[in-house]
Amino acid sequence: MRRVYLDYAATTPVRREVFEAMVPYLTEKFGNPSSVHWFGREIRKDVDEARERVAEALNASPQEIYFTSGGTESDNMAILGTAAALRNKGRHVITSAVEHHAALDACLSLEKQGYRVTVLPVDKYGMVDPADLEAAIAEDTILVSIMHANNEVGTIQPIKELAAIARKHGVLFHTDAVQTIGAIPVDVRELGVDLLSLSGHKIYGPKGIGALYVRKGVRLSNIAFGGAQERKLRPGTENVAGIMGLATAVELAVAEQQETYEKLVVLRDKLIDGLTAVPDVKLNGHPQQRLPGNVNVSVERVEGESLILSLDMAGIAVSSGSACTSGSLEPSHVLMAMGLDHQSAHGSLRLTLGKGTSAEDIDYVLSVFPGVVQRLRDMSPLRKSGEE
Amino acid sequence: MYSEKVMDHFQNPRNVGEIADADGVGEVGNLRCGDIMRISIKVKDNVIEDIKFRTFGCGAAIATSSMITELVKGKTLEEAEEISNRHVAEALGGLPPVKMHCSNLAADALKAAIADYKKRTQQHGG
Repeated sequence: MRRVYLDYAATTPVRREVFEAMVPYLTEKFGNPSSVHWFGREIRKDVDEARERVAEALNASPQEIYFTSGGTESDNMAILGTAAALRNKGRHVITSAVEHHAALDACLSLEKQGYRVTVLPVDKYGMVDPADLEAAIAEDTILVSIMHANNEVGTIQPIKELAAIARKHGVLFHTDAVQTIGAIPVDVRELGVDLLSLSGHKIYGPKGIGALYVRKGVRLSNIAFGGAQERKLRPGTENVAGIMGLATAVELAVAEQQETYEKLVVLRDKLIDGLTAVPDVKLNGHPQQRLPGNVNVSVERVEGESLILSLDMAGIAVSSGSACTSGSLEPSHVLMAMGLDHQSAHGSLRLTLGKGTSAEDIDYVLSVFPGVVQRLRDMSPLRKSGEE
Repeated sequence: MYSEKVMDHFQNPRNVGEIADADGVGEVGNLRCGDIMRISIKVKDNVIEDIKFRTFGCGAAIATSSMITELVKGKTLEEAEEISNRHVAEALGGLPPVKMHCSNLAADALKAAIADYKKRTQQHGG
């Protein structure tokens, strides 16, 4: 049976160049970078170089890059670290309704500590309106956290414009760029952000490694306690192999971004056209301001998990925003924030493309999809109005 | 995450559809939670002669619906009423814990269908 992986937004395989960059640090170059002896000193030099490479790819300075365990930790450090450092300046944080839980829940956790949290709404495409941000900023606002592009529906936010509004009011701006590195241009100076999160395993790097960009002059409190690693902001012995892999992954992702974009957009649009040609299948997310590898559709009268299982039986790996796959009783908070009704949210399907995706893969999915939908619709008690 | 039996019933669901001249129809669930089950029954001499289901829901919802149709076909109404959601899950070799409540409603749908049948016959008889 043909096997087609269309869940690259969930995770990606480690690419060969990344793997090879890591191997020495899992074997002979095993030293602890904090050690004084040459085993450690040598590794310290390599970690510093990796930091320089990540910084250069993002147009940042090496001192502005902190290695973390991934996107979640980066988001938590940015949000909780800023809030703690600026608690005497103000206790108001602004975020959006479509953030990844790593950012959204970190913001909401501040409410228990007496902070106010404003969650900005989005339009039907999942887009934040800059006017809403402008209106939400108050005297005591200390941080705005809005993701660069959404992991579920692929909508790209107008970060440059949003960050400029925050800056105008002297408010820090954090963005989660986990989905955008390598997909669209990510230049921290061009975007004008103060903090930016990224993750290794979404860009053909290893799991368990990520980074946080912190603009020079921005003060953060550490949220974990321990040694002096990462200038005390992120204590704990460095994941050296992960760091080396991340540097290579980021470097290659950024170098190949334009090429990746052009390739994926063609495949993405072919997939969108084919899926939405099936009656009552609608695209979710923005039609243009969209990640090149993201497709998200709602299949009316069918539930998402049963779609995933059916496609899985045909060798196709995808995901959904239905309650059954969210691990809670509610469907995706992103789709609900966009104003979808429960049925459409439960019937959502996310297909995310990547390096390994070919035109033949798309053809195969499109050959299987109509039959799967028909079978489940035949089983469904929900009927189109007018249908028997 | 699902047992082989669940996947078998999901892949090859038994008794899908709707009985045109059903003696009783029951529907449970709602769109909010993402599961709706409709069961229709044909009853003769107090025995469930035929049963069909239509379900909107996840794999567990479809498999439990299919399973209950197999369990009660040919059973008396009293026997059928004794079947609980738990029995259905057990017959399927178990369900993931998160599915025990949200998607395990087939017995409720059957009970609703039987109740509908009884209401109709009482009306006829009365």
